[in-house]
Amino acid sequence: MEILGQLLNALPGSVSQGLIWGIMAIGVYITYRILDVADLTVDGSFATGGAVAVMLILNGCNLWLAMLLAFVAGLIAGAVTGLLHTLMGIPPILAGILTQLSLYSINLKIMAKANQSVNVNQTDLLISLRWVKELAFHNPLITVGIVIIVLIAVLYWFFGTETGCALRATGANINMSRAQGINTSFNKVLGIMLSNGLVAFSGAFLAQYQGFADVKMGQGAIVIGLAAVIIGEAIFGKIFKNFALRLLSVALGSVIYYIVVQAVITMGLDANLLKLLSAVIVAIFLAIPYWKNQHKAKHMVKSKGGKANA
Amino acid sequence: MLDIKNVEKTFNPGTINEKKALNNINLHLDEGDFVTVIGGNGAGKSTMLNMVAGVYPVDCGSIVIDGVDVTRLPEYKRAKYLGRVFQDPMTGTAADMQIEENLALAARRGKRRTLRAGITAKERKEYIELLKILDLGLENRLTAKVGLLSGGQRQALTLLMATLKQPKVLLLDEHTAALDPKTAKKVLDITESIVEKNNLTTIMITHNMADAIRVGNRLIMMYEGQIVVDVRGEEKKNLTIEQLLQLFEASSGSQFTSDKVMLSR
Repeated sequence: MEILGQLLNALPGSVSQGLIWGIMAIGVYITYRILDVADLTVDGSFATGGAVAVMLILNGCNLWLAMLLAFVAGLIAGAVTGLLHTLMGIPPILAGILTQLSLYSINLKIMAKANQSVNVNQTDLLISLRWVKELAFHNPLITVGIVIIVLIAVLYWFFGTETGCALRATGANINMSRAQGINTSFNKVLGIMLSNGLVAFSGAFLAQYQGFADVKMGQGAIVIGLAAVIIGEAIFGKIFKNFALRLLSVALGSVIYYIVVQAVITMGLDANLLKLLSAVIVAIFLAIPYWKNQHKAKHMVKSKGGKANA
Repeated sequence: MLDIKNVEKTFNPGTINEKKALNNINLHLDEGDFVTVIGGNGAGKSTMLNMVAGVYPVDCGSIVIDGVDVTRLPEYKRAKYLGRVFQDPMTGTAADMQIEENLALAARRGKRRTLRAGITAKERKEYIELLKILDLGLENRLTAKVGLLSGGQRQALTLLMATLKQPKVLLLDEHTAALDPKTAKKVLDITESIVEKNNLTTIMITHNMADAIRVGNRLIMMYEGQIVVDVRGEEKKNLTIEQLLQLFEASSGSQFTSDKVMLSR
């Protein structure tokens, strides 16, 4: 009973974190699912978003403007990865790693040291973990919840436009896209930019929520993003077919991830093992579709027998 | 309408896998020409189409479509002038997207893609009418994912997409080869009716000699990266498979036997 009480007490915080990372997971969804590229830039661009926002807020910048500029910083980071891939022919995973590595230095330069804090007592912030149980707009649950709904609406519109459809086609079938006159290089860069913009935006929220930005705050972000995408699809995939609902399922996947994390920690799991646990879970879920296919292939050979060459 | 002049292409030059795929190809197509292309494996048929489409750059020579030199244009820019159907039914359509979405993408070939709606209500009505012509029941499945369709249905859809915006040249790369005979015939029938209705300039690679003779107004045969036989008009109409083989042997100086299997009679 005591554990349940602790869990309930921590629930608003877990859900808030889940929602903030949910924005990041939607960014991962754009590259991983729509563009069919695993982009590792996000580990760096997440921290870039946090660093840019915190430094701007410390210098008295308008809060929403700081969020917007964090988003722009993410767009630029994504553009670098995109151009490394399309213009210089570097495989996307490696391109992402190169950008991520260089962002480590850039993030240090932005903040002038490894971390910078924004004290909610001295500075006005959009959200803070102190307000998770307040019934007010600056409660992260409310602010981030509304932002996610607006973001999903905008993305739903965008991916229905001519440009958005071309971007989806680029990820779905690159040969067909070129044959239909789609500039696939441009669309890859655009998709990776958009993704990292959202990731940095999410980082800007997290920095305010926790009261500091840190060069290491994005470490392993890609795994959390993938976990959210996979959990969302596993739980809601059968019922959520509409594109907007699928984006929502990714955000909900992130929330579920953080609730589960909170639960296992409350039950006494060593917090140091958390990243190992996340990686194992993601690895297993990534393997399931592959195993399913192999099983199907075996089954087909058996039932069709010698007809394989017909 | 299409001019291929002195085009050459060598793959993997300077390595042990060096392969001269095209050796000084010259081909001129008039508007409305329907050329069938036959030849054995590695004769350069697909490479020739891919050169026209811009899949890889030419080593030398030029390609002119309707007066526009496209030799240095990237693939996606040339797409403005070309309709393409591939051998693999998976290549021409996006499986994860709906039938109507695939058609809408094709309807915007060669146009700037803006932030306007990716598909409009007016287009949907047009697509229903166009799909009815295929007579495959696709007009009732506009929002179905293309991945759910059969190979034949996908090829028919790809054909519709390739011709939705009238192309200057239609390129068909063995587009019935992966289909069962009955479906292949159906797709070929659709092809002929679409080409005839729109008076399309067409190049069709086929592995079927009988089809190559029956369809179109001109036939070329390729061998080791060169065009070795080129017949048209009445001469082509009256051709038999035996004559075609003799023509081939006379002009290439080699037996067709090794390729016979590939060119199902």
